[in-house]
Order: sequence, then C-alpha cells, then structure tokens
Amino acid sequence: MSTAQTNTRSNRMSVGDFAREYGVLVIIGVLLIGLSLISENFLTARNLLNILNQSAPLAIIACALTLVIIGGGFDLSTGAIFGVASVSAGWIAINVDPYLAIFAGPLIGLLLGAVNGIIITGFGVHSFLVTLATSLVYRGIAILVTDGSLIPVRIAEFSWLGRGRIGMVNIAVIVLLAFMVIFMILLNRTTFGRRVYAVGGNEEAAILSGIRTNLVKIMTFSLCGMAAGLAGVIAVSRISMAEPQAGTGMEFEAIAAVILGGTSIMGGAGAVWRSVAGVLLMALINNGFNILNVNPFFKDLTTGVIIVIAVALAASGSRRR
Amino acid sequence: MTGTDIAVRVRGVAKSFGGTRILDDITIDFKKGSVHALVGENGAGKSSVGKIVGGYYSADEGTVEVFGQPVTRFSPRDALGLGIAMIHQELQLVPELTVLENVFLGLESNTRGFLCKGDLDRFHALEETCDFGLNPDTRIADMRIAERQKVEIMRAIARDAQVIIMDEPTSSLTEDEADRLHQLIGRLKARDVTVIYVSHFLDHIIANCDRVTVMRDGKVVRTDEMAGETKQSLVDSMLGEASEIIWPKLPAAPARHIARVVQMENVATETGLRDISLQVRPGEIVGLIGLVGSGRSEVARALFGADRISEGTYSIMGVQQDSRLSVTRAVAQGIALVPEDRRKQGLVLTQVTRPNVSLASLGSIASFGFINKTRERERTQRMIEHFGIVPAMVDGEVAFYSGGNQQKVLLSKWAVEKPRLLILDEPSRGVDIGARQRIHEFIVEMAADGVAVLLISSELEEVINLSHRGYLMDDGRIFAEANCRTLTVEDALNRIFREQGSAPRNKEVTQL
Repeated sequence: MSTAQTNTRSNRMSVGDFAREYGVLVIIGVLLIGLSLISENFLTARNLLNILNQSAPLAIIACALTLVIIGGGFDLSTGAIFGVASVSAGWIAINVDPYLAIFAGPLIGLLLGAVNGIIITGFGVHSFLVTLATSLVYRGIAILVTDGSLIPVRIAEFSWLGRGRIGMVNIAVIVLLAFMVIFMILLNRTTFGRRVYAVGGNEEAAILSGIRTNLVKIMTFSLCGMAAGLAGVIAVSRISMAEPQAGTGMEFEAIAAVILGGTSIMGGAGAVWRSVAGVLLMALINNGFNILNVNPFFKDLTTGVIIVIAVALAASGSRRR
Repeated sequence: MTGTDIAVRVRGVAKSFGGTRILDDITIDFKKGSVHALVGENGAGKSSVGKIVGGYYSADEGTVEVFGQPVTRFSPRDALGLGIAMIHQELQLVPELTVLENVFLGLESNTRGFLCKGDLDRFHALEETCDFGLNPDTRIADMRIAERQKVEIMRAIARDAQVIIMDEPTSSLTEDEADRLHQLIGRLKARDVTVIYVSHFLDHIIANCDRVTVMRDGKVVRTDEMAGETKQSLVDSMLGEASEIIWPKLPAAPARHIARVVQMENVATETGLRDISLQVRPGEIVGLIGLVGSGRSEVARALFGADRISEGTYSIMGVQQDSRLSVTRAVAQGIALVPEDRRKQGLVLTQVTRPNVSLASLGSIASFGFINKTRERERTQRMIEHFGIVPAMVDGEVAFYSGGNQQKVLLSKWAVEKPRLLILDEPSRGVDIGARQRIHEFIVEMAADGVAVLLISSELEEVINLSHRGYLMDDGRIFAEANCRTLTVEDALNRIFREQGSAPRNKEVTQL
C-alpha cells in the first residue's frame, strides 16, 4: 500500500509539480543557451553580473513579496513605498547624514508596510484594496516630500551601495544574495515561515492552532515594505538622483516575477529563490532583446506570453483543493 | 432481467490513479426505481464508483451504460444530461447566493437570457415534494452543513434527475433529519428515481435500501437484496472476516474532588448559548449530547476562546478568564480543539504531513524561532506509527489522503504535546471502521493519560459509549447532566424530545 502511494506521489510530481517547481529554471536554461549561441557578448561574467546588478532592487522586492503572497496577501504598494524611500533617503543623505539615509530607507518602508498590514487586519479589508489605496497615498507623500522635483544626490558616502564593487562583484548583488538567503531561511527554517505557509494555506486552521494570524500578516507586509525601501535606496544611490515617481509600475513587475516563479496566488505554497529566478528570467528576456536589437515592442509581449505559459503550466498540475 | 429494468449498468470498470488501482473489475447493476447501497471501509472504492457513475472520474477499463446507452464521455455535465446527479460529501454550492438561486443555478426562469419571475413558484412546487422547510432567501453561507445538503438534494430534483448518487448523505444530519431524508428517498423511489446511496451508517442503509453492494479494496465483494442482511453480516463482508463493533474500555472516572481543568458557570454567548454550566476534570471524558443545532459546537468554540463570552464566568485550571481570552491564549493554557470540518478548519492542505503535525506546537521544537527539523521529523514519525497513518511518510501529501488518515494527522497535531483539555468535534465523521476504532482508542488513551476530554458527536451511540458523564443539550442550553455508564441512546433521545416539547423556543431552529 505505501509503495503504491509513493508511486502516486512521484507521478503527480512528474507532471505539474515539476513544471511548477523547476519550470522557470528550464526556461532560464533555454534562454541562457540560446542567447550564448546567438551572441558571444552574452556569456561573459561582466554581462551576467550586470544583469544581476540591474535586477537587484526588483529581486529584493520579489523576495519579500513572496512571503506576502504565500501568506495569502497581495501588495500593490511596493512601487510607491520604493518612491517614498527613494526621496526620503535622498533628502536625508543631503541634509542629515548619508549613512543614516541608507538605514532610513528600509525603516520607512517597514513602517509603511506595517501600516498596510495594520489596516488590512484591523479592518478586515482585502489586501488588494488596501494596498491599491495606500499606494496612491504613499506616492502622494513622495511627491510632497520633494515638491515634485528631483533631488540630485552626489555623495560618495551614499553612492557606494549602488555603484561600488568588491573585486568584480557589485555590492548591490551581494546585498541581494544576502537578502535572498535570509528570506529563504526565514521561510523554511523558522516558526515564522511555517506560520506564513499555514496562514496562506488555511487561515481558519491556523487560527484554531493558536496562531496569531493577524500578527503574521502584519509582519509579512512590514517585511515587504522594508524590502521596497531597501530597493529604493539602492536605486537612488546608483543613479545619484531621487525622484518621486521612481518605481512606478514596479509593483506589477514584482508580482509578475513571483507568479513566474510558481508561487501560488491562492497562498500557502511557494519559494523565495523561485521568485528571484522569475526576476532573472524577465531580466534575461530584456537583455536578449537588447543584444539582438529587436523592436522593444516585442519585449513586453514576449514577457507576457511567457508568464501566461508559466501560470498555465503550474495550474494544470496543481489541483490540490 | 431485461435491459429496461436497469438504470445504470457498470461492467468490468477499473480505475487507477498514478499506478494505484483504486477500482478493479467493478460490475454492478443499479435497478430502476431502487435504492441501492454501496458500503465498505474508507478507501474500499465506494465513493469512486459513485464518481464514475456521476461523471467525475472516467473509467480506464470497462463500460458504463445508462438506460441502455453506453457512456462515452465522462463529465458531471454529460452525466447530468443523462439524468444522473451526484450529491457530495463535500458540498458544492455557491455560498454567496441564496437557496433559491442555488437550486436553479443554470436553469433560472428567463426570457431570452433576462431573468424573470417564476423561480419562486417552481421552488414552492419542489418544496411539496421535498418538504424540507427551507427559506428560499437564506444565503448558503449562513446555513449549517445539514441545511446545505438539503439544498443540494433540491438542486438534483430540480434537474429532474433519474439517478441520484448520494455520498454520505446523513453524515451531518441528526437522526430526525436523516429520517426525513429517508422519507424523501421513499417518495423519489415511488417516482421511479434510482438512488445510489453511499454511506457508513449501516443502520440507515439496512432500514432504507433495497439492495446492497459490499466493496473491499477496490473490488465488489457481493451484491445482494437487502432483505436478510444484518449490521453484522455487512460488517463481516466489509472487513473480510468476522468482527464486532467494540467500544474501548474507559479508564476509571476521576474522583469528584479533583481540581477541574475547565469550569463554566452560567455562561451565555452571542452565538445563542445561555446558562451553560459545566466542568471537566483531568482524565475524564465528558460528552455533549444533543441534536445538530443544539449548541454543542458553540460550547466548544466558547471553551476554545473562539467566541466571546458575554455573561457568566469561565476558568481554566482555576484561573478566571476575562474578555481578552482568545484562541491563542486558550491554546497557551492547554486547550485543544479538533474541529468538525477537517479540510476547512483543521488541515493546511497545501502542506505535507510534517508541518501539519507541528502547527500547534511550533514553539516546543524551535529555539530562537529556528525549527529543529530532526526533532520535528522524529516527532512526526512517532505520530505516524502511533496512529498507523497510511501512507507512512513524514512528508506525505495530506491533501490526497483518505478521510480517516487525514483525521489521524489532525489528531496528531494535538497528540504530539499532551493538552490539558482536548475538545473533539465529530472526531470520526466520514472515516472508515478501522480508523474509527483507532480514534476511539486514542480518546481513551488520552483520558487514561490524565487529559480532560470533551466529546461531541452526532452519533449518540458514540458519545454515550465513550463518555463518563454527559451533558444533555437543547436549544443552546444544558438541560440535564447524565451518567453515561447507565444512559442509553433511547433514554437520551427521549429526554431531548421531551425537553423540546416542554421548553419555550429560544430562537428559530430546525423544525423537528
């Protein structure tokens, strides 16, 4: 009986769960091979590091957003928090202290994320609606902080984060890797991670197991805000310019990456590294278009088609409920 | 026997899921206008036969004929087209819509696609056949499981189904509601409708079915006329060997003076409870005896901190609780609840066995928030062996387990760390005989180990045989206390019915 059941499971694994688990890696592999064959400039350490470096802010957001989505939530305010953190960090770097600015960005993000979480759990409103509304509020705050103008931030003590390197490797890439590892550990090895899965998988069961589900949700949104803040600081430090409209549309790219990585939009299942892989996949498509000099109009179209295929594959294999 | 007598003819049907053969060479004739029971342990394949006839599964081998027509396409929609409707264990209604809208979903009265009046008249016409006493304007989300099931049945009848498959139809009904369902089945039979009745309740089957097919391990053991069958003869065929329904021996009841784990005095809640006074001691099994809707689950929820107590006092281990009592606080004080709906309220089906077992006791296997996975695996393995969970895999996909094994995983969650009070709401609903036996033993084990147990079950026989003491409930109140060692099911029922006859009604309840 038990061997038969094992078969059942491995068979199921081979169809849908495989696509869900490793589909994004397969597509990345195909793209890597294809692009290396087409262009000899592609498979160089410099180009690959460059791709990673450029994707670092988005990938950091995607890591934390994965927790929110596994927990059954949704966050549309990451782009706006990115904007608030950008301009706040820029202002603090110039007027107060550049090192303080680097810490202030994530902290402000954390607070704004906590506000999201508190409104969502306190009033029992769906996170989609709350973050849609708060994203407008936060964007408004970003514009108020700067009066709508740009803040140039040319300070060496500040720009090392986005521009510096250790040896060949960009500091932003190191920050991303550290962030990813921390979030993987958080999700897979801690009681907090376990609770996030339970809250997203079956909130009622989590409540009846004595878990403070509201607290868990507030924490996921806070972490997501913190990530958006950190991403904003890295971006400002890189381009030496804080702009209130920075990060517009980034919330959708982050959601797309998480979904591309196979994290269930229904909550309860997913993994951090796969969201980062989702970001890399989108970056590779981007890079491929640049290398091949194709009409950029096809870029969004291709990304969209790949997302649809990835989601359809994942759905066909997971009829769990 | 000519072909026209047969509503559904199943010939040599086999079905496998990923290498596991769940049905093998099934051959059954379902006669027109008969009530045909499918019995067997969980996993014997009786629900799967229902799902093949209902179009939910396609047969890998063999043929299915409906009124002489071979079935080529299997889908619930095609089955409905042939006059076959299935009523599920897990009910399939739209919670946000009303009774009326659900009954006529897809067949609303309309003029060129625009809704028009007429559904209400059709509903009243249906009510004459069904006699359920349902309010057409109630939202499904506001109804209890027993009521929802009636809506499902009405939906099948509204579709003029000639064959109705009922999968565990009485599992969430009270005896009285079950009687009414069986009367309805009688009326359907008179209209030449064929009913395929899948159930664990042998008493119901013996009293109401014309024919019976006994299944074991995905095969048909035998198909016979019901006349002459007894509970024992059916159980023997199901298990393949003679066996008896035995209740485990209870440990001695604790002495009266032993400190109480929980005590409620004159408690009332917004969920309709009033004047609830009860106490449970360590090592004692206390049953809540009452019909569905009498407030049993509400008492459980109040004890567990899930519903607010508006009047009266509640103390856990002698400590008086205040309005800050929450589920988290109750769990921290050693109260555990195994809820009635294991899939919706108990298990996290997106996760495997191990995290489900650990969910309520994460703190004790973690240090500084980091989970010790080695310890977690050991603990889970111990539980798997303790309960005999199949498949015996620490990381097994609970979502695909049978009902009995899912229930055992759920019990493991509270057994890994001994609670002070264990509340069990319908612990053996929809599980097979083997698992049921194991669950009963577990309840007694816990009590012998000094845990206070509060047991809730719609099967009065189960509560009474497994409890030291019982509280008789009706209409949100405890109206009497009884010694379960001397109480009989008949006594209990009579006292409940007498109470219902005499007491003024608190709120609108199901008409009895």
